[in-house]
Amino acid sequence: MTTNHITAISLKSLPVLDQDEALAFYTELLGFEVRNDIDLGFMRWLTIGLPGADVQLLLELVGGPQHDAATAAQVRELVTKGALGGLFLTSSDIHATYAALDAAGVEITQEPVEQPYGTDIGIRDPFGNPVRISQPAALTSDQIQEKYDGAPA
Amino acid sequence: MELSAREDVNRRMLRARDEMDRRYAEPLDVPTLAAIAHLSASQFGRVFKEVYGETPHRYLQRRRVERAMTLLRQTDRPVTDIAWDVGFASLGTFSRTFSTVVGSSPSEFRVRHEPVHVPTCFIAAWTRPREAAAGTAVSEKQTDRPAP
Repeated sequence: MTTNHITAISLKSLPVLDQDEALAFYTELLGFEVRNDIDLGFMRWLTIGLPGADVQLLLELVGGPQHDAATAAQVRELVTKGALGGLFLTSSDIHATYAALDAAGVEITQEPVEQPYGTDIGIRDPFGNPVRISQPAALTSDQIQEKYDGAPA
Repeated sequence: MELSAREDVNRRMLRARDEMDRRYAEPLDVPTLAAIAHLSASQFGRVFKEVYGETPHRYLQRRRVERAMTLLRQTDRPVTDIAWDVGFASLGTFSRTFSTVVGSSPSEFRVRHEPVHVPTCFIAAWTRPREAAAGTAVSEKQTDRPAP
């Protein structure tokens, strides 16, 4: 199987309805850091990443000229309905993460739940985008399989 | 952030729907959901259907059946316990609703489906029945027993 020389995922666009509000949410509450914040004239190139991680998120404002007004309205509608995307993050201490986000008033869609693969929570960003945060179980693949096979209630 | 009136309604209804997802095993509490959405109880059902294309009752039904499918697939819990866990008041109502929606009985479904090992949010999203047959009922459990 060819890799076609592709070596990494480098950037993923996340649709947001307000870049300043997105920046505050993802940096102040989730721990991202700004990688680029450049006024290109035609757009604000705003990317963030987690410390030590290569993958960046582009906080892309919905409504650029690539979409006509009707299409932009549709995208905004889908975002606010919670119908788009999904961001999956990893935490080293999911209970601490949950406590901090809950205390900060973040919309919680799922309190911590233990799964065979770890413990995860669900939140929404200010616009409706779903974000899942998981602390992986310190188990091998075989051990996770065993937990699935003998899953308790 | 400036939202149009329609987007603002979407966002408020999303909060209410998320609450339904979290409390799926509890009786449908329209006054509480309406308060989350900043609507009156009489407005809530109509607006929910405008935004999500189905009634809150129907949405909850699909959520409960999806959860039952997951528990049947992933665990060896008795069907009766699963019926109760996902919010049905009786095994009969659960079996009838499940069979109508899924097309097989809970026991038949369990035999035919192996556990799947992907994050539960994907299972929830992708195994939820698309349509619940008209006329099937979601029987509410009594409120004197806490949800699991």
